[in-house]
Amino acid sequence: MPEAPITERKRIQGGVHASQCHDSAHKHVAGEAIYIDDIAEPAGLLHVYLGLSTVAHAHIRSIDLAKVAAAPGVVRVVTAADIPGRNDVGSMGLGDEPLFATELVETVGQPIFAVAAKTREQARRAATLAEITYDRLDPVLDIAAARPEAKLVFSPLRLERGDAAAAIAAAPRRLEGRIAIGGQEHFYLESQIALAIPGEDGDMLVHSSTQHPSEIQHIVSHVLHVPSHAVTVEARRMGGGFGGKETQANLFAAAAALVARLTGRAAKLRPDRDDDFRITGKRHDFEADYRVGFDQDGRIHGVDLLLAARCGYSADLSGPVTDRACFHGDNAYFYPDVLIRSLPLKTNTVSNTAFRGFGGPQGVVAAERIIEEIAYAVGKDPLEIRKLNFYGTADRNVTPYHQIVTDNILPELIAELEENVDYQARRAAIRAHNATGPWLRKGIALTPVKFGISFTATHFNQAGALVHVYADGSVQLNHGGTEMGQGLYTKVAQVVAEEFQLDLDRIRITATNTGKVPNTSATAASSGADLNGMAAQAAARTIKERLIEFAAGHWHVAREDIVFLPNRVRIGSQEMGFGELTAQAYRARVSLSSTGFYKTPDIHWDRAAGRGNPFYYFGYGAAVSEVTIDTLTGEYTLDRVDILHDVGRSLNPAIDLGQIEGGFIQGAGWLTTEELWWDAEGRLRTHAPSTYKIPACGDCPPVFNVRLFDGANRQPTIYRSKAVGEPPLMLGASVLHALSDAIASVADYRLCPQLDTPATPERVLFCLERLKRRAATP
Amino acid sequence: MRRTLRFLLGDTLREIETVDPTLTVLDWLRIEERLTGTKEGCAEGDCGACTVVVGRLAGGRVCYEAVNACIRFLATLDGCQLLTVEHLKRPDGSLHPVQQAMVDSHGSQCGFCTPGFVMSLFALWLNEDRPGTQRIKDVLAGNLCRCTGYAPIIAAAHAMYDLPADRPADATVQLQALRDDETLSIGAAGRRFHAPGTLAALAALLAAEPDATLVAGATDVGLWVTKFQRVLPSVIYLGRVAELRRIEETETAIEIGSGVTYSEALPALARLYPDLGELLRRLGALQVRNVGTIGGNIANGSPIGDTPPALIALGATLVLRQGETRRSLPLEDFFLAYGKQDRQKGEIAEFVSIPKLTGETKFRAYKITKRFDQDISAVCGAFLVELAAGKGRAHPHRLRRHGRHAEARGRGRAGPARPNLDARDHRSGADCAGRRFHAARRLARLRRLSRHGRVQSAAEILRRDERSRGRDAAGRRPEPGPCLRRR
Repeated sequence: MPEAPITERKRIQGGVHASQCHDSAHKHVAGEAIYIDDIAEPAGLLHVYLGLSTVAHAHIRSIDLAKVAAAPGVVRVVTAADIPGRNDVGSMGLGDEPLFATELVETVGQPIFAVAAKTREQARRAATLAEITYDRLDPVLDIAAARPEAKLVFSPLRLERGDAAAAIAAAPRRLEGRIAIGGQEHFYLESQIALAIPGEDGDMLVHSSTQHPSEIQHIVSHVLHVPSHAVTVEARRMGGGFGGKETQANLFAAAAALVARLTGRAAKLRPDRDDDFRITGKRHDFEADYRVGFDQDGRIHGVDLLLAARCGYSADLSGPVTDRACFHGDNAYFYPDVLIRSLPLKTNTVSNTAFRGFGGPQGVVAAERIIEEIAYAVGKDPLEIRKLNFYGTADRNVTPYHQIVTDNILPELIAELEENVDYQARRAAIRAHNATGPWLRKGIALTPVKFGISFTATHFNQAGALVHVYADGSVQLNHGGTEMGQGLYTKVAQVVAEEFQLDLDRIRITATNTGKVPNTSATAASSGADLNGMAAQAAARTIKERLIEFAAGHWHVAREDIVFLPNRVRIGSQEMGFGELTAQAYRARVSLSSTGFYKTPDIHWDRAAGRGNPFYYFGYGAAVSEVTIDTLTGEYTLDRVDILHDVGRSLNPAIDLGQIEGGFIQGAGWLTTEELWWDAEGRLRTHAPSTYKIPACGDCPPVFNVRLFDGANRQPTIYRSKAVGEPPLMLGASVLHALSDAIASVADYRLCPQLDTPATPERVLFCLERLKRRAATP
Repeated sequence: MRRTLRFLLGDTLREIETVDPTLTVLDWLRIEERLTGTKEGCAEGDCGACTVVVGRLAGGRVCYEAVNACIRFLATLDGCQLLTVEHLKRPDGSLHPVQQAMVDSHGSQCGFCTPGFVMSLFALWLNEDRPGTQRIKDVLAGNLCRCTGYAPIIAAAHAMYDLPADRPADATVQLQALRDDETLSIGAAGRRFHAPGTLAALAALLAAEPDATLVAGATDVGLWVTKFQRVLPSVIYLGRVAELRRIEETETAIEIGSGVTYSEALPALARLYPDLGELLRRLGALQVRNVGTIGGNIANGSPIGDTPPALIALGATLVLRQGETRRSLPLEDFFLAYGKQDRQKGEIAEFVSIPKLTGETKFRAYKITKRFDQDISAVCGAFLVELAAGKGRAHPHRLRRHGRHAEARGRGRAGPARPNLDARDHRSGADCAGRRFHAARRLARLRRLSRHGRVQSAAEILRRDERSRGRDAAGRRPEPGPCLRRR
């Protein structure tokens, strides 16, 4: 590549804080971005399809796969007996999630066998020909059914500070209740997929649509009974992840790799959308039972919160997910005395998993319900109760897990938002409108979010990067984070560009690959840019340091006189292009490649004691939503949304705004139209976009203002930015509470609507009718 | 009889002699042509990731429509032009304004839905100049995005008109050269696809192959193939039969040929029956409406109902034809039982005739869904009420009529709140929603009231609608209107 002319530009193109577009945007729009199903297929590729359990809970009496094997195009049928290593794809390694069920099936959609054929169509047809007989057992399908027996998939968490029971008993006012919170299907547009290509010496290259290449590597190596070094996992991009590809890609990668191993041929597995729905885990649905003591002003004295979750048939990530629900059962509020417990219930349904927020959103929704209940009990605007109970800065700042909140910016953030959007005047106007008794009622709500940033499993808070500078001055970047659309690759490349002071197009982003950066963590917990940005920066700084060292010696100048300017370097009194310097450095035998490593400081967590500093910092935000509901039908519209969100000093404002908008709409969808429905046999009946309704274009509110809060992260994160992936999702709670506000008008705002989620038109209508009845009963 | 399928891929003529009758455009593109820009998201026409643009001759020029490649059979492209996301860049490699606007507006995140959005926007860009936001939302209702929340895509839809561009080369001449009335007959492995060009040829084919599956838009039959993996031995495609694509208005009725797509029928129907227009606006999404037909909706007794509840309430008549023999029957009598229609072998639904409204008849349709756009009805109610001298009383005869429609639900016939009872069907979520939906009870209550000739509730609804549409007693136009999202 010819050296760019030395210019006097003050700023590089695409450095940190620039609203750089997504690195793949030009490929996305041209259909040129390569997803796994688009990779040129190796000769002799086999297509794999899974044979699934059709019952929710049963002993398998017999498996007859003769017709499957005899079907046209079929090359191989595999069952658990063909697995050379461990028959387990569970992320926790507990042995509770077999790749192929053998004696027991515990959910509809659990894989029992796989079939490989010359075409995908042949494999799909063949998979339907299995003859499997079952001795049925009673399935436990939902939280209500699971509660009496209370079989758990993981040990529950208990967060306790002070004496909640005593505080509630002593409080002037008390109330208790329950909110049912629905689950959510990820609906990544690209379904699960893996392509496995066998190599020599037992090597296996797996292209996987995964957020966690290292876990795919581990699972495949365990299943194939080879060391990790024999398995290379590559992931260039996902067509959406949202947590749904943190562990759920394991099964597909393992099955494809197993077929590849057994046949010596490349193997690809991509389930049909409906099967993806049936097989993979979702956001946990919860029942949250709360008891709260408070005073006449609405100030909370004590909270007892039990968070029961439908976890499905195996542990998967349900332990950490329900933990995080507990961590966010306070949302932004100080509970003087508190007891929060999780109840991760085992059920005969899909094994629920990570989903953007990772249990946190359910905790937040429970906390907001508590606030709302208190508001109706004392007859105040819920916003007043929120403000009254926010964490303090000097006192009232200890969380239920004994971490002190030191960076609380919510009071300023909320004040700014409230004033900017004219909340009080609009609320008054809405009250006046509703007072005229129209069929169409309006509602408004402001809800905040405080979200803890870091993996609660402390050891995941590490990252590696690999940076190569070539002699011509071009740079290749690799790190352990994966790209699922969130713009991580772009942000990390911006960090490296900034470090070397090179235009962004001089940095080549490469696919995440376990052969380049090993032992990586899942790209999850909103931590991608925090961790990988720092690791990449460290790698770049190592190389930069070597260049400075070389230049200082070679040109006999002081280190301080070597300055990296945009696309060039000033060395004493002379300037040269970056590529010129690197060419000279190469000839002088300077290493121009480096790894970088980062681990989050200052965090620790003792789960058994329920104490520690699990979070490095908190991300904050707030939203105001305004809705209209039709009191005759329960239908509603989202009319206006205003968001003010804290991302520290944004690495890329355009990408962060996209995360906030998209996260908000996804959260609003979770709480409104997205309804998962299983029948009495445990079959998911909402298993395709025809019946499962994520927000469509028309659901984007006509007025949608999103702004970034102005303020740096108080912790020394990468360029003082903050994580952005998950927190905005919880701002969707403002829609739920705006609906609730509109509903409350039919009972003159005297009764708390106690609206469960998802608040479908049906549920809104039920709620309206219930409230009218209660209001009419003296 | 023609044995070669002919269509344009971009501007290149493709001639194909052997093709599986139900091979989808998407599988052909991705598997056989390795044109992988077009994505599979759901394989049932609900997510739009596979959206392509199909150009066809209509009225002497090329009409471009966004369609779902995942449920369109390749052989139905005969005589058409197929444009995919790969065809948009300029010869110099620069991006088309639609693409550039998406980049500039940060309209892609994971990028998987993006080619579909780009193609929907491309069709919009070709067909309309600077539509408003509501129109953009209607056009994009069939493209799901899980990342962006849509705001930047809507921004791109506005911004794409600000960029300089040239229209693609006109394909009219090329397509005219492909036009004929010959029956296309093609297939593979003993299975056949026939596309007659005339009603006479269709009749002859039907007489010869009375068991063939009739396909118009394939927005339902496509799913038999992609979801239920049904093997159809013989398919007869109706889309080339000009006689079935007519819309005719008389003084008292409008007749819609069974090959007329929803999109083609919409302007006239929306003019005559605004509420039916609203229903159609929310039926499927644009990609479905561009190929799906009212005739197909009726003829295969789609469990989703869609248009039949409204058409029944309007008193529509279905005309069936076998050879030269015609018979007509009230639409409600066509539906015999769940999944069973009164269509004899060899018979086709030729057209549906819908009476026009008279001065004192009011037609209202209501569709309640979880999501406003592109969702299956939880409750669909359609009412035809005759007002006696403006007193808000319904004419007893007409009341019985719509009362019967409400009753029809209980018998599993097409009517309001048509639940889905087919266990095989993937759409059965509508069932649970439909059965539990409280509003269904409201309709039942309304029905009981109707029997006694009291239509308080209906009158209330009508009054409220009048307020939303016209002026109130004092001549004011209330703002905002009391009906959500109604235009």
